[in-house]
Amino acid sequence: MITAERKPLEEILAYIKPFKRILLLGCNECVTVCAAGGRKEVGVLASGIQMSMLKNGTSIEIREHTLERQCDPEYVEELLPMIDSADAVLSMACGCGVQQLATRFKDKPVFPAVNTKFMGGSDRHGVWTERCQGCGDCLLGLTGGICPIAKCAKQLMNGPCGGSARGVCEIGEDVDCAWHLIWERLKALDLTEQYLEIMPAKDWRPGGGSGPRKIIREDLAE
Amino acid sequence: MKDFEPVIVAFCCHYCAYTAADMAGSKRLFYPSNVKIIRVPCSGKVDSLHIIKAFEKGADGVYVAGCLEGDCHFKNGNDKAAKKVAHMSKYLEEIGIEPERLEMVRMSAGMGERFAQVASEITDKIRKLGPSPIKAAAA
Repeated sequence: MITAERKPLEEILAYIKPFKRILLLGCNECVTVCAAGGRKEVGVLASGIQMSMLKNGTSIEIREHTLERQCDPEYVEELLPMIDSADAVLSMACGCGVQQLATRFKDKPVFPAVNTKFMGGSDRHGVWTERCQGCGDCLLGLTGGICPIAKCAKQLMNGPCGGSARGVCEIGEDVDCAWHLIWERLKALDLTEQYLEIMPAKDWRPGGGSGPRKIIREDLAE
Repeated sequence: MKDFEPVIVAFCCHYCAYTAADMAGSKRLFYPSNVKIIRVPCSGKVDSLHIIKAFEKGADGVYVAGCLEGDCHFKNGNDKAAKKVAHMSKYLEEIGIEPERLEMVRMSAGMGERFAQVASEITDKIRKLGPSPIKAAAA
């Protein structure tokens, strides 16, 4: 999932200060799962904004709504009956959702209420860690299902560096050495011969760096 | 300010604080009528939204009363509630509401005296803090 965290209230308030009526939008997908921008978080933020404004002697009209998915145009169309009655939109979706709204409603200021962080998974309740950097050329099949691109600070391709000690990375005691994990996993799977194969220098081009990446499925695209 | 009577919302776990409140009543113990009790099946059931809405709707103080450490009927709902309260205290600070207005307390079902004592102490504390800045601004 794409993870996110709510922005400081002060920053959000500065964005919406010039407006009288805002549409506060949540998203039912990733940001709901990582408790950053789902229906509940929309309610908590709306109350926080209302109270802050009241305390500062101002007021604002907030309409709350949560879309099934903010990154798909089909769901964004659902906003048509309510968009005209808002001066601005405050989105609690990831950056993809915010941009989808800005593209669809060209005359409406759109602001993010969360900081989009990374593609990750849940370690335990309330803890999410980065798992994928979208390198565009997945090598998990060679590394026992553990990604050295996302999990190794140096993104090494062939075993650990000298900063690995007792399975821990030198950058922090709470950071596992990705290559230690890979080795342990390959051992458990009886696939250690994979470890001995030297991987060539990675081609980073599929990972971006040449403008926005795009996928076109000829069978689906109209 | 002199006549200020705070409105305090107490989310009380069915298995401890709510029963303790019942016991306080049976024992004819005094506790302030400022405390409005909302029974919840477990303190862990209390949501951030419940807490924030209580303040938005005019509460001067809110507390969540859960079971003693290790005594949760549902394993660890009380500990989860404590974390939620700590998290919401920081949010209250961001909004500009004194975080002292929100508290987590723990007691067992047999602690009628403690329920009455906590209710009185929190009411006194909120009385000293004065009306919630939200209520004051809305007035």
